[in-house]
Amino acid sequence: MIRIANGQGFWGDWLEAPVRLVEGGPLDYLTLDYLAEVTMSILQKQRKADPSLGYARDFPPLIARLAPSLRSKGIRVIANAGGVNPVACAREILRLAPGLKIAVVLGDDVMDKIDSLVAKGETLRNIDTGAALLSIRDRIQSANAYVGAFPMAEALKTGADIVLTGRCADAALALAPMIHEFGWKQDDWDLLAAGTTAGHIVECGAQATGGNCQFDWQTTPDFANIGFPIIEADTGGRMVITKHPGTGGRVTRATVTEQLVYEIGDPSRYLTPDVVVDFTTVHLTDDGPDRIAISGVRGTPRPELLKVSISYLYGWKCIGTLVYSAPDVLAKAQAADRMVRERLKALNLSFEKIHTEFFGINACHAHLAPPLAEPAEVQVKIGARDRDKAKLERFSREVIPLVLNGPPTATGYGEGRPAVREVVAYWPALIPRSAIQPTIEVIS
Amino acid sequence: MKLRLRDIAHARSGDKGDISNVGLIAIEPRYYPILVREVTSDRVKAHFGPLVLGSVTRYQLPNLCALNFVMEQALDGGGTISLRTDAQGKTHGAALLTMEVEVAPHELTGST
Repeated sequence: MIRIANGQGFWGDWLEAPVRLVEGGPLDYLTLDYLAEVTMSILQKQRKADPSLGYARDFPPLIARLAPSLRSKGIRVIANAGGVNPVACAREILRLAPGLKIAVVLGDDVMDKIDSLVAKGETLRNIDTGAALLSIRDRIQSANAYVGAFPMAEALKTGADIVLTGRCADAALALAPMIHEFGWKQDDWDLLAAGTTAGHIVECGAQATGGNCQFDWQTTPDFANIGFPIIEADTGGRMVITKHPGTGGRVTRATVTEQLVYEIGDPSRYLTPDVVVDFTTVHLTDDGPDRIAISGVRGTPRPELLKVSISYLYGWKCIGTLVYSAPDVLAKAQAADRMVRERLKALNLSFEKIHTEFFGINACHAHLAPPLAEPAEVQVKIGARDRDKAKLERFSREVIPLVLNGPPTATGYGEGRPAVREVVAYWPALIPRSAIQPTIEVIS
Repeated sequence: MKLRLRDIAHARSGDKGDISNVGLIAIEPRYYPILVREVTSDRVKAHFGPLVLGSVTRYQLPNLCALNFVMEQALDGGGTISLRTDAQGKTHGAALLTMEVEVAPHELTGST
C-alpha cells in the first residue's frame, strides 16, 4: 500500500497544506496541482518577458522549505508546477535546494506544431462550441496537450526526488506513482480507472475533505486546520480516501461524492489521456472514521485523441463598482445603472456585452435570489466587454463621475477609475495522440 | 407536499469554459427516486432561466444516488471572459437547491 497526498488544488491554494501533509503523518508521494485552464497563458506571457520565468513561482521556495523533511522521510513530489518552462523551474529549485534530483516531463507544448497540424488536416475545433480555429489563429498565446500518467511514471523510474511537468491531466499526478509502484500496464483499464477516480477526488485538495461541501456545512470541524486528502492505494486497485489524524475537515460519503461529480460531463465517459473511466460503476463505502473506500471502478480503452488547451487573446473587459447606502438602496443602484447606460448611448458607444449586477441582492443567483427587506447597502457592479480596447477605456471613465453627478450616497469607489483588463480565453480542442512524444530530462 | 430540494439533496457545481455542471446528490438513498422523477433537465433549464442560455443535459449516477446536469452557455462566456461575479458557476449548485419539488410524505419516511 502506498500513500499519495495532494497538497495544492490550484495555484494560490493554502501554502501551509503541503508542509502539514509532509509533517503530519506517513506519506510516500506528494502531488501538487498548479495549473488551471488559463494559467498557461499567464505563464507564457511571463516567459516572453523573461526567458527564465514561465512556471509556478511559489513552487521552488516551497520545495526548499520541504527539502529536509522530504529527504528524511523519503517522500517524492510530483507537480505540474513547470508550466511552460519546467526546465527553468527545475534550475530554480536546484539553486534554492541543491542536491535534489529532478526529472522533467517535456513535450506537452504544441504551440510550434499548430501550423503543421492544421496543414495535415486537423481542424482543432473548439470542442465546446464547434467553432473553427481559423477565427482565432492569429491570436493564440499558448497550446498545451494534456499529458497522461505514463510519462510521469517513467520519470519516477529515474529515481528522481521530484517529477516536474507542464500541462498534464490533473488526476494523472496521483495515478503516476501507482503505475510506477504496482507495475500497472497501459491496458489495465480497470486499475487505471480506479487510480484515476482517486486522483480526480483529490485533485482539488480540501474540496474532498470538507472544503466547499454543502452538506451540513455548519458541523464541519475546524476549517482553519483542514486536512488535505490522502489516497491509500494498493496493487489490486483498492483505494481509500482519508486525511491525517488530528486535522480539521472530514472525509465522508458526502464530501467525496460532491468532489466526484465536480467538473464532469458524461459520468460514464470521464476522459483522460490514460483511460476512459465510468463513474457510474464507482462504489463508495465507509471504512472507519474519515475513511471512504472506492471499489468496483470500470475503465475502457483510452481515447485516441488528446485534449489540447489553447489560450488566445479574446479582447478587453472593465468592471466598475459603486456602493449605495440605505435608504432606497436598490432604487439608487438602478438609477445609477440607467444613468451610465444613457451616457454611453449618448457617446454612441456599444459593446459586445454590458452586464449589471446588484451585489448583495442578485449577483450570484439572479432571479432565484430570495427577495430581501431593505438591505443596508448594495454595490452596483457594471461590466463591459469588447474587442476594442479604446471603447473600454472610455467606459472606464463613466462610473466614478456618478459619485458627484448621480443618485445620493454613492461611495466605495475604491481606487478610482476601474482597470481595463485584457481577456485571455481558453479554447479546448483535440489532437491525435501521435502529435506529442513526451520525453524525460533529468536535472541534478 | 412541496419541499425545497435543499431539504433532500446537496450539490456541488463548477465550470469547463462556458459550461456549468451541477452534481445533485440525495442526502438519503431513498430520496434518489424523487430527484430522478422531479428534477428533469427541462425543469432545471426553466429554473435557471436567463442564467443558462444553452441546453441542459441530465446524467444519472444511481450508484452514488446522484444526478449530473451539464448546462451549456451558462457562464456568460466562462472563466476570464465572463462579466458575472460567479464566472465559474460555483454557486449554481446552491441555486438549484432552491427549486421546489413535489413529494409524497411516505417517500420521506421510507414507509408505504
